[in-house]
Amino acid sequence: MSTLTAERPTADLAKRPKAPKRRLRGESKLHPLVWVFVVAVMAFSLIPFYWLVNTSLKKGASLSQGELFPSQPTLENYLVVFQNPEFLLALRNSVIIAVVTTTVALVFASFAAYALARLKMRRKAMILTLILSVTTFPAIAIAAPMFSIWREIGLYDTLLGLIIPKLTFALPLAIYTLTSFFKEIPRELEESAYMDGATPFVAFRKVILPLAVPGLATTAILVFISVWNEFLLAVTLTTSPEARPVPVAIAFFSGTSEFDQPLGTISAASVIITVPLVILVLVCQKRIVSGMTAGAVKG
Amino acid sequence: MATRTLQAPAKTSGRDRAERKLAFRMTAPSLFIMALVAAVPIGYAIWLSLNQYSVRTAGLSRFVGLENYVNALASQEWWAAFGQTFLFAGLSVSLELILGTAMALLLNLAFKGRAVLRTVVLLPYAIITVVSAITWQTMFQPNMGLVTNVLSALGLPGGDVVWLGEHGYAMAVIVMADVWKTTPFAALIILAGLQVISAETYEAAELDGASKWQTFVNITLPLLRPAIVLAAIFRTMDALRVFDLPFVLTRGANGTESMSMLAYTQLRENRLVGEGSALSILTFLTVMVVSVIYVRFAGGNIRDVAKEEQ
Repeated sequence: MSTLTAERPTADLAKRPKAPKRRLRGESKLHPLVWVFVVAVMAFSLIPFYWLVNTSLKKGASLSQGELFPSQPTLENYLVVFQNPEFLLALRNSVIIAVVTTTVALVFASFAAYALARLKMRRKAMILTLILSVTTFPAIAIAAPMFSIWREIGLYDTLLGLIIPKLTFALPLAIYTLTSFFKEIPRELEESAYMDGATPFVAFRKVILPLAVPGLATTAILVFISVWNEFLLAVTLTTSPEARPVPVAIAFFSGTSEFDQPLGTISAASVIITVPLVILVLVCQKRIVSGMTAGAVKG
Repeated sequence: MATRTLQAPAKTSGRDRAERKLAFRMTAPSLFIMALVAAVPIGYAIWLSLNQYSVRTAGLSRFVGLENYVNALASQEWWAAFGQTFLFAGLSVSLELILGTAMALLLNLAFKGRAVLRTVVLLPYAIITVVSAITWQTMFQPNMGLVTNVLSALGLPGGDVVWLGEHGYAMAVIVMADVWKTTPFAALIILAGLQVISAETYEAAELDGASKWQTFVNITLPLLRPAIVLAAIFRTMDALRVFDLPFVLTRGANGTESMSMLAYTQLRENRLVGEGSALSILTFLTVMVVSVIYVRFAGGNIRDVAKEEQ
């Protein structure tokens, strides 16, 4: 994980005595073809974003002709979105669901991950396999029966009714990521706490948790993004704007007639909910990368 | 001294027991929630799938045994959805692994602008799947879309096609939307694998006079295999559950209905609880079978991880 920092190859190159001076900072001349490939990858990543923003700034003829640059850019689509009470409700719902689910998942997962990473335990491998296998469950297999159960007990179309099943998928992700973070904390630190007479739980609370703050933050980001993104449970278990989160609200924005073109408005709504996530990714880039690859590669 | 050595083992085993107890207490809440919200519903879904429910009278049902499964497995819809899901998974995962490996190799090069490239490559990951679908819808919209307009301007085929409205084309858009959003994930997993290959390995190959291509095929790829397999497992499991993309782009029309979508449609839109539950259990079993096959035949590293825990 720590191998993913930018400094690594520099260090490798510096080890080679033969490397000429201009390469010392780790930069090498690329073959022109490689540059072509770099540009192609960037274009593939960025052009769709440009087109989404472009579409969101257009109306009427400018929209239907597909102008490469909006000749009369307008923020009208954005105004329409912000005046839509259903969209605002969906934003509120998504924030509540994502924050609550992430917090609860992190509390429970940090306990479980500590036990799995550090403590002696019976059937540890089996438990870890079970937890991992939950991540491969197709959400439809949970959503279908939940739909019936929730309607029986009155949790259908409520925020709580969404938070509970989302927690089931957030927990294994959090446990898996946190376990690999906890394993990286040097054991000596706990040992010295034990020497001072601490119990394992005290060692967890006083030694591991404070040291694991970066890992907890990373896990929180990953869980938050995944809960925010989740769609199938959300669409199956809600029906009214009072409980619908953002992805569902946007998906049903497009559900109007074939003939009018709400694409400008839908694009504006998409841009609005994407901007905070893009900022999050830009700011926390290194954390996200380390979290996504946590446990993927040993060493 | 003697008393101390005698006491020590007893003390550790006492601590062992306390530790196991604590470990159980710490994992129990998570396991309880997962059991309650994963195992119980799936068990209930199996029960639902063995019954038929009246569409008109709430609460009226009759036990039909395996009839829902027999009907599903005899239906053309199930096999169509099955085939389309696997086609989607095969296409998108292969593209993601090829592109992801290429991206990882680029990101592993030391050059000016690498940090920028990494940021740019990671951006689509921030997109929620529904928005990724909408983005590619705007790209392929007739007359309005960038791709359709560029194709017509260049006089290439595809410019006047209603992409989401035709067999094959609709699948292509869905695959594009998936590849765009999830290739960064594959690339980062593979990059992590790339960065643990030691520089000495390459130096040895260089000394032996191996060409760059030979080095890639004979050294990099084999050493990268565990990382690629891991990315393949994660991506395949996700692709077989595909739902958001066809839901937003086609509502399952034009040869894009996935297994999850079919189950959802029967359950929510047609109110066929028994049939829908049978279809969701079949989806569940399909995904489980594939994951077992993967772990058995390709997932050496996953079994290693499990062994390490023991």
